[in-house]
Amino acid sequence: MEKTLAQKILQRHSQDELEKAGQIVLCKTDMVLANDITAPLAIDSFRKMGATKVFDRKKVALVCDHFTPNKDIDSAEQVKKVREFAREMDIVHYYEGGNSGVEHALLPELGMVGTGNIVVGADSHTCTYGGLGAFATGMGSTDIAAAMALGETWFKVPESIRVNITGNLDKYTVAKDIILYLIGLIKVDGALYKALEFSGSVIDEMEIEGRMTMANMAIEAGGKAGLFPADHKAVAYCLEKGFANPEEIFPDDGALYCREIDIDVTGMGPQIACPHLPDNVKAIDELLQVKVDQVVLGSCTNGRISDLRQAADIIKGRKVNKNVRFIVLPATPRIYEQALEQGLINIFIKAGAIVGPPTCGPCLGGHMGILASGEKCLSTTNRNFKGRMGSLDSEVYLGSPMVAAATAIAGEIIHPGKV
Amino acid sequence: MKYTGKVHKVGDHIDTDAIIPARFLVTSDQKELGKKCFEGLEKGWVGRVNKGDILVGGKNFGCGSSREHAPISILGAGMPVVIAHSFARIFYRNGFNMGLVLLEIGDDVGKIKDGDQLEINAGTGEIKNITTGDVIKSLPVPKFMADILSRGGLVNYVREKVAKTQLSGVQD
Repeated sequence: MEKTLAQKILQRHSQDELEKAGQIVLCKTDMVLANDITAPLAIDSFRKMGATKVFDRKKVALVCDHFTPNKDIDSAEQVKKVREFAREMDIVHYYEGGNSGVEHALLPELGMVGTGNIVVGADSHTCTYGGLGAFATGMGSTDIAAAMALGETWFKVPESIRVNITGNLDKYTVAKDIILYLIGLIKVDGALYKALEFSGSVIDEMEIEGRMTMANMAIEAGGKAGLFPADHKAVAYCLEKGFANPEEIFPDDGALYCREIDIDVTGMGPQIACPHLPDNVKAIDELLQVKVDQVVLGSCTNGRISDLRQAADIIKGRKVNKNVRFIVLPATPRIYEQALEQGLINIFIKAGAIVGPPTCGPCLGGHMGILASGEKCLSTTNRNFKGRMGSLDSEVYLGSPMVAAATAIAGEIIHPGKV
Repeated sequence: MKYTGKVHKVGDHIDTDAIIPARFLVTSDQKELGKKCFEGLEKGWVGRVNKGDILVGGKNFGCGSSREHAPISILGAGMPVVIAHSFARIFYRNGFNMGLVLLEIGDDVGKIKDGDQLEINAGTGEIKNITTGDVIKSLPVPKFMADILSRGGLVNYVREKVAKTQLSGVQD
C-alpha cells in the first residue's frame, strides 16, 4: 500500500507487513527515553519484568529535567534512583547536572535522534522529534520499561491527518501561532489516535526549531505523533548535530489520509490559548486587557535559541513591567551558552527578567515559578490545564516567545507590534 | 471479572494534571498517590470515594501527560474501573498496563449519572445500570490488548520475552 510518513517509518522498523491503519505491529526502537518523574516507575517495572540489562546502553536516554535542580528531598531521592540505575546499566546518555537540559531540546541538539527514527519516551512531548522527520511518541513508564528491556514496542498503525499550510507569515507570527491555531480548529481530541502530518510552502520554508515547536504540541490535539517531512533541512540539521546517516524520507504519493486540512496563514497574527484547555484559542486582538502576574519563556516547546532571540529582539532596551515576574529558562546548557555569546542573557537581565537554569520546572507546576490563587501567567509552554502551574485558582495563557516578551513589558497580554 | 459500585462522574477532557497534579509525582507509591487522586480537580475530591466505586468520565479521558501515576492513583483511591465516552491514547495504554479496567462506551455515557449503582462484567464488557435499568455494551478491547490483559498485564507479558532474550534470573 502507499504509505503516509508515519506508516513508512513504522514499516522500516517492523518485520510485520503493514497492510492497513488500525493494525498492530511490533517495531524496533532507535531511542528510548525517560525523565526524573517517569524513570523511577519504569525502573520498578523493568525489574519486575526480570530484566537485568537494557537492550542497548547507547539507545536509552535518562534525562533528569522536571524537578531539577532537585526541588526537595523526595525529588532528590527520585533522581538518585535514576542515577544509580544509569550507573548499574552503564547508560551512555544519562544527564543530570550541568550537562542536562529539557529532554526534547537536548536529544536533537546532541544528535541522539534524527530522520526516520522511532523514538519512544515516558513523556508525552516525545512527539517533538517529529520535527526532524522521526516517528516519536509518548508512552507510560511500563511501556518504556518494556522497550528498555527489549528494544521494541507495539503500535497500532495510525491514520494520518494531512495539514497543508500555505500563505505568508507576517513578522510577528511564528510556528507557535500556527500550531495553536490548528489545535483551536480541530480541538484537543481532534487527532486522537492519529498522526498529524504537515506539508505546504510554509512548512518547506520553516526552520527545524519551528517544526519542533509544532510537532511538540501534536499531543495537545490528542495526536500520537506530529510528523514533518525529513527533507534537506532536516538532514542538514541532523548532520550538523552529529546524527549518523540522516536521510530524506517523504510520504508516498497517493497515501491515504483520513482528513486533509488546509490552513492559509496570511493575516493569521499571534494566537493565544486561553484557560483552561489548549484548544481555547483566540486571535490576540480578541483578548481584552488580560493583566498578568508572570511570564514564562522556555520549555520543550519554546526554549530554544531562536525563541530566546525572538523574545530578546522585542524586549531589548525595554523594562519588564513592575507587576510582572518574567522568567526565562534556556532549555539546554548549549542554548544558555549561545544566548550568552549572542548577548541575549544580557538583554534579559538588563530588562529585569529572571534567568534560570534549564529545567521543565514551572511548565508543570513543579518549581521555579508557581502561581498563587488568582494569579495569571502568559507562558510559551504547551499546557494550560486548570492548576497546571500552581493554584487551582490560577490561570495560564499560552503564546509565542514574541508575545511573551511584549506581555512582560506591558503587564498585559499584548500584540508584539504594539509595544 | 465482575464489579459493583457507585458512580463518581467527571466531565470531558479530564487531564492527567487534574487526576494527579505534578507536585505529587515525587513518589511511585499507589496508596500515597491514591490519597491525592483528583486533587487537581477539586481539593479533597477523593474523600467521597469508597473502595470499589466506579469512575465515569466523558470524552478524551486522561488527556495530557504520559504519567503512569494517573491510573495508579485511581487504583490507589480504590476505583478498579473507569468508564468513559473515549480515552486519550497514552492513558488507555497505561491503564491496561497497570491493570485498571477501561470501558469505552461513546454517547451511552449519558445514560449514567453521578451516584448511580452499576454492575459491570469486564469479560463481556456489559454494564448494567441498577439505578435506571439500562444495559450498556462497551466497545470491544483490541485483541492484542486483551492478550496482554489475559497474561496479567504488560509486566508478565514482557517477562516471558525477557526470560527468552536476556537469559536472566526472574526477580520478584
